[in-house]
Amino acid sequence: MRSNLTLISLFSLALTAMINPVLADDATVVLNGNDHGTPACVSCHGAHGEGMPANGFPRLAGQNAGYLQTQLVAFTNGQRVNAMMTPIAKTLNADERAAVARYYADLGSTVGINEAVPEISSAGARLAIQGRWSQGLPACIQCHGAMGTGVGSLFPALAGQSSIYIENQLRAWQQGTRAPGPLGLMKVIASKLSATDIHDVAVYFSALPASTVSRRQQP
Amino acid sequence: MKVQFAIIWTVSILTVAGGIIVASQARQASPVAQTQKPVTATTIALPAAASVKPATLFQPPSEQDMPKDEFGKTVQLGKDIFEHTLSYASQYTGPTNLRCASCHLDAGRLANSAPLWAAYVSYPAYRSKNKHVNTYSERLQGCFKFSMNGTAPPLGDPVLIALESYSYWLATGATIDPKIAGRGYPQVSKPPLPMDYARGQAVFEQNCAICHGADGAGQTDASGQPSFPALWGPKSFNWGAGMGSIKNAAGFIQANMPLGLGGTLSAQQAWDVAIFMDSHERPQDPRFQGDIAATRAKYHDSPDDMYGTVANGQLLGKTKLSPDSANPSVK
Repeated sequence: MRSNLTLISLFSLALTAMINPVLADDATVVLNGNDHGTPACVSCHGAHGEGMPANGFPRLAGQNAGYLQTQLVAFTNGQRVNAMMTPIAKTLNADERAAVARYYADLGSTVGINEAVPEISSAGARLAIQGRWSQGLPACIQCHGAMGTGVGSLFPALAGQSSIYIENQLRAWQQGTRAPGPLGLMKVIASKLSATDIHDVAVYFSALPASTVSRRQQP
Repeated sequence: MKVQFAIIWTVSILTVAGGIIVASQARQASPVAQTQKPVTATTIALPAAASVKPATLFQPPSEQDMPKDEFGKTVQLGKDIFEHTLSYASQYTGPTNLRCASCHLDAGRLANSAPLWAAYVSYPAYRSKNKHVNTYSERLQGCFKFSMNGTAPPLGDPVLIALESYSYWLATGATIDPKIAGRGYPQVSKPPLPMDYARGQAVFEQNCAICHGADGAGQTDASGQPSFPALWGPKSFNWGAGMGSIKNAAGFIQANMPLGLGGTLSAQQAWDVAIFMDSHERPQDPRFQGDIAATRAKYHDSPDDMYGTVANGQLLGKTKLSPDSANPSVK
């Protein structure tokens, strides 16, 4: 009985792999795009998932798979609006979204990572590490991890992220053009930040070393 | 959803006119005698609170003003222990993922989150918890023994000296006064309805689980470091900790949770989610008498304390938790 079950399981796995080529190779869309209009992700997010920091295209290497999948869905349903990503995300089916997310989550890339840890007495570091509780503003690291490496599928990694990208997101929450996510937390937090705060804290996280080891998690 | 609690007790409240509210509690017989037979009702009324917002709160010195001399080094060590307890005082912490700053927000600075400056100016003091006058150092020992589920550093230990130095420095300019505004956690006003586990579970799932996990076990960050603290289970504070008091938990939660959205939960939600949290198994009280009813009678004989009562069919305090065991499930 037990061996029958094992055989059935193995057969099911093999069948799944045959009828679902995306599972077989998570890199397909990332590297080549697909035949229904998705361009290769690498053309904007870099050959190693490092993004294009100067253009505000985010680093994806090492980002949590569940988080990436949620964001791709958010582009398709209007919770996030971006002139480039909205149409692209709509060309991906659910399996492709999952494959792309897995690919980047597993990618341990050292490209574009800062070696030096930023000055911890800077204004940005203070906001990131201590927050500003006189305003009820928690420290960024309380949810995003002590070194900004992210927590679970809801609190993305910020370490080594494009500072322009981080600034754009904080402004999007301030202006209501990005849905605020769980509990509306980021809208409340962004509303307490000045333009200078946003710049300072974005620069701090962009200078932190991103994780370079595979840290795939179950979404 | 079947929720059963073995405690039935009543609190009667006398509200005295004249601008001052005096709460007088008359409790029925000790709930200990009823621990073996679960009942289906949760009939708990709570004392009214005089929540007075002080006009001004003490402001501790700013980080930049920390002394740079030899004393300053010890102050800094105290701050490091406080924020990274598992790294800087691992010899005294239990199998927990908590740090001092988990419950004392803003590195022990934040009013109404049990700030260190307020604690410092409140000791020595008599504590009913251990029925003698405690020094500040002894009070700190209690944090390690109960809240960190570890062992108390001996008096005079460098860990205690550093924490005391950090507290003393934060209290610079404060008046010696156990009634200093902002001390401890604020008392939450009486909710319209008796507190309720099932409603608390709904509050938890909607507001708390995203950080503390659906099973309340907390989370680690992507590099494996502890992030959000465990609310119950083997990695949480033990049954002897102050946060095991529903009253304290409700006060902390309403003032400070969810992080960044403090003050948004109603009094009802705060009490409900506090009884939900404190109705789950956690590590045994280190003062355990070998018998749950006896331990409850000696240390937990309060309507704010679920130890030794039955919730979800489980006698709280009974299940032995090993450090690696999964968190008791939310039913």
